[in-house]
Amino acid sequence: VSDGAVTYLDHAATSPLRPEVAHAMATALAEPLGNPTGSHRPAQRARRLLEESRDEVADLVGCRPGEVVFTSGGTESANLAVFGTLAATPAGRPTSVVSSAVEHPAVREACRAARSASVSWCEAPVDAAGVIDLGALAELVDGATALVAVMLANNETGVVQPLGAVAETVRARSATARVFTDAVQATAFLSLAELAAGADLVALNGHKVGGPVGIGALVVRAGVELAAQQHGGGQERERRSGTQDVVGAVGLAAALRTAAVERCAAGRRVGALRDRLAVGLEHSVGAVHRTVPAGVVTLPGHLHLCFDGIEREELLVALSERGICASGGSSCASGALETSYVLAAMGVADSRSRGAIRFTLGHGTTGADIDRALEIVPGVVASLRHDP
Amino acid sequence: MSGGVDSSVAAALLVEAGHDVVGATLKLWGGPSDSGCCSVADVDDARRVAQQLGIDHHVFNLTEEFERQVVTPYVQAHASGRTPNPCIECNRSIKFDRLLERSDRLGFDRLATGHHARVSPDGPLRLLRGADGAKDQSYVLSMLGQAELGRVLFPVGEMHKADVRAHAARLGLRTAGKPDSQDVCFIGSVEGRQGFLSDKLAFHAADVVNGRGEPVGTVDAVELVTLGQRRGMGHGTDGGRHYVVAVDVPARRVTVGSAAEAVISAVVLPAATVTWVDRPLVDGARAVAQVSAHGRPAPCAVVRTGDGLLVQFDVPQRPVAPGQTVALYDDADPDAVVGAGIAA
Repeated sequence: VSDGAVTYLDHAATSPLRPEVAHAMATALAEPLGNPTGSHRPAQRARRLLEESRDEVADLVGCRPGEVVFTSGGTESANLAVFGTLAATPAGRPTSVVSSAVEHPAVREACRAARSASVSWCEAPVDAAGVIDLGALAELVDGATALVAVMLANNETGVVQPLGAVAETVRARSATARVFTDAVQATAFLSLAELAAGADLVALNGHKVGGPVGIGALVVRAGVELAAQQHGGGQERERRSGTQDVVGAVGLAAALRTAAVERCAAGRRVGALRDRLAVGLEHSVGAVHRTVPAGVVTLPGHLHLCFDGIEREELLVALSERGICASGGSSCASGALETSYVLAAMGVADSRSRGAIRFTLGHGTTGADIDRALEIVPGVVASLRHDP
Repeated sequence: MSGGVDSSVAAALLVEAGHDVVGATLKLWGGPSDSGCCSVADVDDARRVAQQLGIDHHVFNLTEEFERQVVTPYVQAHASGRTPNPCIECNRSIKFDRLLERSDRLGFDRLATGHHARVSPDGPLRLLRGADGAKDQSYVLSMLGQAELGRVLFPVGEMHKADVRAHAARLGLRTAGKPDSQDVCFIGSVEGRQGFLSDKLAFHAADVVNGRGEPVGTVDAVELVTLGQRRGMGHGTDGGRHYVVAVDVPARRVTVGSAAEAVISAVVLPAATVTWVDRPLVDGARAVAQVSAHGRPAPCAVVRTGDGLLVQFDVPQRPVAPGQTVALYDDADPDAVVGAGIAA
């Protein structure tokens, strides 16, 4: 069925390692690396690479080097932000955590798990476009609020949240509430230095930017209290113990650097390809809806579509058989697709979200990929469509 | 591919025969269960076997359909004193309906499973018992007809279980030594049927009476009592064990009797529940009935009545609980299923 070609349109799940990153990591690995806490030369070399990476990450996300805490990835960063902030607030006093209704499970489940006798959690609704309702958010924030978590861009839909306005809203209601943004999905295309400037805590990772899996960072702005959640040797200025992944940090820095250099051009290029795919599918496949209404700001690589009369599980299998890699959104631990709470929060009807598919383009996506998708997807959809 | 050894080897045999095979695991149940066919560990096993065989693997989430078509009817049936077989309902409405339809739509020629049964291709398709009599699963497939049988494959149906395991071991599949699943997949072995139903159903205490209507005891949950049940029913004055001969849920009454009294000579299968593998039996035809997955086959005559079938046993049998499937096998070839129905 497939000619062996693979059209990878699942960058939001993980973005292939950029060649520049592989080169930087290979270079780091070429000479002996010690434990960065040691005193001999290989240790000092490791320490140098680590701190060079930290400087670079800080520069690229718009913070000071001392504000960068390296972690194992986005999920750890999110958990550290949520639990670390709560652990640093005075115990026993009623405390609340507020998050948007469309947060990634790394944030959402951390908030859920953080609930206790004194910690409550509530979700701020989003509108039909998936954008947070600032009025409703304001209502939920008060003096007891310790943390407000609003992602910079949504992993399923690509919808970009007005983080500056979120931060202003929170500050107007509380002098002590911390603003945390999960910027994992946004990092490849958006300038965190600019758009995440209002956040006290920023989570990012490597593999969504064309860097390696297994490395991430949490930006903890100076003056923000954070209690370590992982105890040991006191690395990362006692905010995250454990021997640092030096080569991972080198990869993360290289990925962020490459993404930053390409940012403007890549955004335009990928956005144009995405629009061509969207318009092409709308023309060649009837009864397909863009989940995010026109005019809403999304990441340039995201195209979220709902195909009427299609079961997304079937569409994904049929596309996979023909070498087209897309995603159905959220999966559970077994790998089975689940009903998307993100789409539900946007008020997308179940009948429509059954046929919801996410195509995400990224740094390696070419015009030929889009040609191939436009050649294959319409026929596959037609073969699978059944009458409602 | 359930993550068990039979479906693992079924997939392996098809790959070895040169077919273009894709593995699929159904996620049917989201609730807590340690024994079933869709825990994360089982999905992981199925996926790993698919990797070892070099085939693609997908997980299909049919939990909504399973809840609607298998679990909810299972609970409702207990509320009205019926004892359904959820595996049969899953085969009927999920595996050989929903999944078969999906497999067709995706362009596959056949849907293969790891069931121990055989399809004989001479003339009209026949559904036969698996070659390993101890593992035969034709009973839980007895509702299949020509339309389904023409689109399915049971690759391990010709094999004995020991050979299935040996084949898996030769291939180094991690499922080779995995214990057989025994229970209903959505019911954990710790909570049991009672624990599972207790969240979803109000249990009612009932009086236990003998054939003369005299009270002889009580039960805590009439909904959990099955016709023919012996456990918990005590003994008669003669010291013989008591068996349940009637369950009246609305009246909250269980009637018990001696082993000699707890027998039936016939069972009614309403027309709406009756299915035929090929052609219906003629009125009065001889057949062999099986009333549970590994029940002893019972010779019978099948009489057509106005509203279904009357299965008349040659030798009186333990009572058949309402909701239980009765599979009918060919009198001339007791390995061949001819049809099935659900006891009224």
